[in-house]
Amino acid sequence: MLRAFEFIGEVTLLSWAALKEFVIGRQDWGLIVEQLSKGGVDSWSITLLTAIFTGMVMAAQFSIGLEPFGASIYTSKLVSLGIVRELGPVLTALLVGGRVGAGFTAELGSMAVTEQIDAIRCLGANPVRKLVMPRVVAMTLIMPLLTVLADLVGCFGGGLVSMLQVDLTAQYVARQMLETIGPEDLLHGLMKSIFFGYWIAIIACWKGMNIRGGAESVGIATTETVVYISVGILVSDFVLTQLFLSIYG
Amino acid sequence: MSETIISYRNVTKAFGNNRIYRDITLDIHRGETLCIIGGSGTGKSVMMKMLVGLLEPDAGDIEFFGQSIVGLKQHQWLDIRRRVAMLFQGGALFDSLTVGENIQYPMIEHKWGDKSKREKRVTEVLEMVGLGKIEELYPAEISGGMKKRVALARAIAVEPEVLLYDEPTTGLDPISIRRINGLIRNLQERLNVTSMVVTHEMPSVFTIADRIAMLHDQHIAFVGTPEEAKAIKDPWLADFIIGGEGVLNEENK
Repeated sequence: MLRAFEFIGEVTLLSWAALKEFVIGRQDWGLIVEQLSKGGVDSWSITLLTAIFTGMVMAAQFSIGLEPFGASIYTSKLVSLGIVRELGPVLTALLVGGRVGAGFTAELGSMAVTEQIDAIRCLGANPVRKLVMPRVVAMTLIMPLLTVLADLVGCFGGGLVSMLQVDLTAQYVARQMLETIGPEDLLHGLMKSIFFGYWIAIIACWKGMNIRGGAESVGIATTETVVYISVGILVSDFVLTQLFLSIYG
Repeated sequence: MSETIISYRNVTKAFGNNRIYRDITLDIHRGETLCIIGGSGTGKSVMMKMLVGLLEPDAGDIEFFGQSIVGLKQHQWLDIRRRVAMLFQGGALFDSLTVGENIQYPMIEHKWGDKSKREKRVTEVLEMVGLGKIEELYPAEISGGMKKRVALARAIAVEPEVLLYDEPTTGLDPISIRRINGLIRNLQERLNVTSMVVTHEMPSVFTIADRIAMLHDQHIAFVGTPEEAKAIKDPWLADFIIGGEGVLNEENK
């Protein structure tokens, strides 16, 4: 219980310090751009791959499941809604969280055990400004973009299978999807993805900065980071979904 | 005696239940090289880390040029870190930056000169530590001894008044040890910096120290010149101080 409070306290303080550095600190945009590239741009291929197959498999399952009720023509509606509201942001966050979060923790952890983070302080710089803030800002910016990409590609994959398996026309699938997805659905997914981006970066940085010991500690912390990120995404997804449903219905 | 620039006053420090020291008091004078010796876990490096704000004492005070540095806020450390540089045990060079960028790092943070002045200074400090044109290399491409010398070049880049060396010769071959010891002595003479050196290696201590402080059993058991250290009567201290030198003298024969 005490550790849970410690965790909440430390993550809150680190988030506050990163926010303060972003708002009032001297910005080095080069560092943010570097993290945008490392954390986001390099993740687009894995996002595409996951999204297209998720859309396709959802369409395949729904078309069969809805057939006994004579409702398989609604496959593309269900797939698009499921992807934009849920699977697009959540699956993207889980994959990017595993890939990028582990990388951030390993990188900062290696810096911590070789005293490079202490050296940053001693040389007159602030490690939160140099290491944490650029990662948090970059991930918070890039996750909604990756989610939009996942939504588009997932819907495309789902639509394609709907056409092939249920024998629907491309125009019908596209019209159904556009009629189904409203701006609030898109917003719903994007708001979640902003939070997930922040969560991935802050947990990975917090874990990495607090590593003590040697290479073994880096390995343990990296594994823990992926667990914390994944659990956090799944739990916060439920909470945020309830919140948005209460607002938008 | 020259001016006291660093004072530890009744400093107490513990990590959890593990008390490192209790009520230690020590003065460091301008221009001297003070070696801090002691067994593992006696808090030698902790003394240095408290001086640059990486750790805080639990009780007592630390004065730097007469000003207390305990409880300073983040932005208040900037000026002190401009005047005190620390050489970390493993060098702590930034892997992702070249040697030149590593050395420029503190200059950029402390807004020290423009780009051309900084580049000139990089060449200058690399020459001072006996290294040539290696600005474009990455830390992974140079040897352990060179890393320490690059770290030393980075430390002296912004002309600090105090240099803290955390086990500068650990893990190096005898030639590199002699070179680093020579550099510490040379820099003190050329730049008149005040140096604190944490080390286990007694021959190095007798080569570079003006004074020696020994941490033992949660307090400073001895402070004095190398000659006074050699004449010490306490059997345990004498064994640590002279024994260490004796062992190495035998090895050197």
